[in-house]
Amino acid sequence: MEHTHTAEGHETAHHGDSTTKTIWRTFWILLCITVVEVGLAFLHLEFGFLPRVALNGVFVILTLFKAFYIVAEFMHLGHEIKNLIMSVLMPLLLFVWFIIAFLYDGDSWKHLRQNLKTGTPVEAPLVAPAEKPGHY
Amino acid sequence: MDTAVTAKKKWWAGGYSPFNVSYGKLMMWFFLLSDAFTFGALLISYGTIRFSSQSWPDPNEVFKSFPGMGHANLPLMFVSLMTFILIMSSVTMVLAVHAGKMHDKKAVAKWLIWTIIGGACFLACQAWEWTHLFHEGAWWGRNPFPNVDGTQASTNFTNFFFTITGFHGLHVTSGVVLNIIILANVLKGTYEHRGHYEMVEKVGLYWHFVDLVWVFVFTCFYLL
Repeated sequence: MEHTHTAEGHETAHHGDSTTKTIWRTFWILLCITVVEVGLAFLHLEFGFLPRVALNGVFVILTLFKAFYIVAEFMHLGHEIKNLIMSVLMPLLLFVWFIIAFLYDGDSWKHLRQNLKTGTPVEAPLVAPAEKPGHY
Repeated sequence: MDTAVTAKKKWWAGGYSPFNVSYGKLMMWFFLLSDAFTFGALLISYGTIRFSSQSWPDPNEVFKSFPGMGHANLPLMFVSLMTFILIMSSVTMVLAVHAGKMHDKKAVAKWLIWTIIGGACFLACQAWEWTHLFHEGAWWGRNPFPNVDGTQASTNFTNFFFTITGFHGLHVTSGVVLNIIILANVLKGTYEHRGHYEMVEKVGLYWHFVDLVWVFVFTCFYLL
């Protein structure tokens, strides 16, 4: 196990300074993104700036940015070797399917409920139209 | 021993950890990966139910209080403070890890103490928020907040809110406990004796993960 530590053991005071700088830079990035998020939420509340859908898209993208900085810098994954990065990130790709499939399912339920509510007019006849004679 | 990372290095030929990290750190990563799926499942089920609902309570109407401000309408303010506290404690944790690499026992202890304080503050904030919501009539199975469109809301909103923030709070609690344990070990000199402060790094990974989850909880419950 020792050999996995020697590289870190060689860290000098000079290296240490730049690490501390990176830590604080990451902190400011995270703080700024959060302030921007809250600011946008307020702009929407007060002035109706940006339609809800666009705003939500921006929130999701900013959240992913924050996640990237936390994982890459604070958790140091950005500085590990590729084998480890891939082992951690690849399984997370399942979330792509996971999110799309389940949200789509939820949305589909909403429409089913809407359409099956009593009093909802039937849009299309349920029986298939009779085939035109003489088609053959 | 040779540890230089070169392109030609045969990582999988034996003799090295193919991940260039110790066993313990690798297992912490795998644990966090599994925990990410647990939280992911919770948040996605929340999203599914929200997508399947005709309407949903407005978070800006629900989370608008601040301790000591009475009935002032301050949406997002308190949760922003909580987010700030957690990010800050993540910073102090990474500074503790860094000090550990420098074998600076005093600095490790100092930053760990700050991290523990940050975690405790976050938990205190959450306790206040839960108590406040409870007094407004919200709890598992009870939801006093109407939907955006004015209709009566189901209890899905409060059920998911308390379950997910509760599960996250549980993670913060165990993180604080772990931090206290390693602080005791640092002060006892266990890691100095061992020759490295890797345990601080492992617990640090867990602590950052808790911060990471909060970033998503913050977005899903308070912003969207």
